[in-house]
Amino acid sequence: MPLRGRREKQDVIDPAAPGSLRVRAIKLEDLDQVIAIDADITGLKKVDYWYELFHRYGTRGLQQRFFLVAESDNAIKGFIVGEVRDWEFGSPPCGWVFGISVRGDARLAGVGSRLLEAVCECFRRAGVNIVRTLLARDNHLVMSFFRSQGMMAAPFIALERDLD
Amino acid sequence: MKLQKNTSIALCSILQAASDPTRQISAADIASKFGVSLHHLGKVLRQLGRAGMVESARGVGGGYRFSGNAKRLTLMDVIDLFESISALPAESGGKEYKTDVGRAIARVLSEIDETAKATFRSISIDTMLKLIERDRHARETRPQGRGR
Repeated sequence: MPLRGRREKQDVIDPAAPGSLRVRAIKLEDLDQVIAIDADITGLKKVDYWYELFHRYGTRGLQQRFFLVAESDNAIKGFIVGEVRDWEFGSPPCGWVFGISVRGDARLAGVGSRLLEAVCECFRRAGVNIVRTLLARDNHLVMSFFRSQGMMAAPFIALERDLD
Repeated sequence: MKLQKNTSIALCSILQAASDPTRQISAADIASKFGVSLHHLGKVLRQLGRAGMVESARGVGGGYRFSGNAKRLTLMDVIDLFESISALPAESGGKEYKTDVGRAIARVLSEIDETAKATFRSISIDTMLKLIERDRHARETRPQGRGR
C-alpha cells in the first residue's frame, strides 16, 4: 500500500464544538475503554483484535490510517477507525470507515457525528474527497446514522459465497 | 422500483408536513403541490392520521400537521401502511416457484427485496428532509448552464 508521508499531529483535527467533547488520536491507555465499548455493543471482548488494530492504525504515524477517540470528562465516549485505500475494488483513492461505536449512555449527543466529521477531515487532508463504509444490511441503527450524515448507496455491491 | 400511487402520495404528504411541524397544511395545498386528487389524498391522510403520523384540525386555518418523531419515523414505516415491498410477483406462491428454476429466480428477487427494505428502513424522515435541503442548495448554487 503506498504511503503518504508522516501524519500531522491529530489533536489539531478537533473541530470547535460545544461542551467538553474532544476528538483526538487514540493512545494506548484508551484501549481498555475502547474494548469495553465494543464488547458492550457486540457482546464479544476482542482484546487481541483491538491491540492489533491499535498497532496497525494508532501508532504508525502514517497519514492514511486513523484511529480516533472522542473524550469527555476523562472518559472515552466513542471511537472511529478509518483508512485511505488506493485503487481497491477498482476505485480511485477514497476514505473507508471500518468501525464506529459510541457508548450507549453517550448517544444522541452528537458524538458519532463529531467522530465522523473528524475522520473525514483526516481523509480530506490525505487528499481524498469520498468516504465509504460497509455494514450489515440489518444493522439499522448504524445504517441510519450514516444516512443521517448524508451518506448514500455507493456504486458497489458486496458479494459473498460459502467456501464449504 | 416503483411505489404504488397511495404510497407516493403518503410520502410526499408526510415530508411536506414534517418540513414545518408547527404549521397546519391544508389538504388542498398538498393536492395542488403534488398534482393529486383531493379525494384520493383524503383517504391517504386519514390512514396516516390513524397511524399517528399526522393530526388534523378542523375549521378555519385547519389542516394537517406532522405528529410523528422525524428522527425515528422511517420511510419503511410509511410504506408499510400502504403496501408490501416485494420484487417477487404476487403469485410467487404459484407452481413455477416450486421448481428449481422458480426457486432460483425467487432467491435473486428476494435479494432485491432485502436491499430495498434495508434502504427504506435506514432513512428517517429527518434524513429525507436534510437530503431535500441539500439537493435544493446544490441546485441553487450550481453554476448556470451546468444542468444535469
